[in-house]
Amino acid sequence: MKDTLKMTTGGDREIVMTRSLDAPRRLVFDAFTKPELVKRWLLGPDGWSMPVCEIDLRVGGRYRYVWRRDRDGTEMGMGGVFREVVVPERTVATEKFDEAWYSGEALVTTILVEREGKTVVTQTMMFDSRETRDAVMKSGMESGVARSYDRLEEMLASLPAQGVEKGSRK
Amino acid sequence: MGYGQSSTHLDATFAALADPTRRAILARLASGEASVTELAEPFEISQPAISKHLKVLERAGLISRGHDAQRRPRRLEAKPLAEATVWLERYRRIWEANYRRLDALLDELRIQERKRGHSKPAVDLAAPGSTHSRARGSRAKTAKSPAPIKPTGEHR
Repeated sequence: MKDTLKMTTGGDREIVMTRSLDAPRRLVFDAFTKPELVKRWLLGPDGWSMPVCEIDLRVGGRYRYVWRRDRDGTEMGMGGVFREVVVPERTVATEKFDEAWYSGEALVTTILVEREGKTVVTQTMMFDSRETRDAVMKSGMESGVARSYDRLEEMLASLPAQGVEKGSRK
Repeated sequence: MGYGQSSTHLDATFAALADPTRRAILARLASGEASVTELAEPFEISQPAISKHLKVLERAGLISRGHDAQRRPRRLEAKPLAEATVWLERYRRIWEANYRRLDALLDELRIQERKRGHSKPAVDLAAPGSTHSRARGSRAKTAKSPAPIKPTGEHR
């Protein structure tokens, strides 16, 4: 049984993701930092591949990723610079997408903790300003606002006391 | 499209959601409107402190006041919460897909490593053209082929 991803907001500029993996830390670190391995899993939505994956794993070193949607050849590029590299437990890197759908950078801290042969990955994505995070969120909102309303309604409806309607608790 | 206004809203939403007490208040309000006194009950903090949290939530548009002038009950406003949720959900789905592929890759690397002994670097084992597809068959646990990726959830 595989673990599920936990995602929360931290502060007003951060997104924090946690996931447990059934493998020792050094393997997980390799999977996060060696291009030939990264290319096999860091693919985003189904239907995308990763033709470019370059990683210069040292402080000040750059990394560059390009994804391609196989269906129509649409490409999306991203890159940044490593600020901290502690093998096999921690990296801190800037992150910036080519497309100007938000200005500024995010700072991504990845921490690996090994416990009994399993590794917990914690990734904290900190946006450099509130404006940036807002812009990122707007870009995500263009799709499926209605669907989310539906989900929220389902969630509210599934709660035991359905008292959201006006006056129902009087 | 009124983005300026929307942006301010989202900013306030995330700031409001960052606090655990405020999240607990929202969870409580999800099951029905409640007065300030009722909301303060489960928490070990003063009513003025709760009022301060409520003000933040109200400014973010996450809650509003009911019509009962006596109790002035607060109730949940679903829209801003839903907007913040959309972004998080989309981001989460992308990363869930990534991590599922990573699970399969790590399973494979561990099997390869066990076969060759511990000292070899993992990268050799995953080189293009290696026989990993055969090795994976021996323990087809999450058995998902790494490439090409099979579409599992079309709608994003």
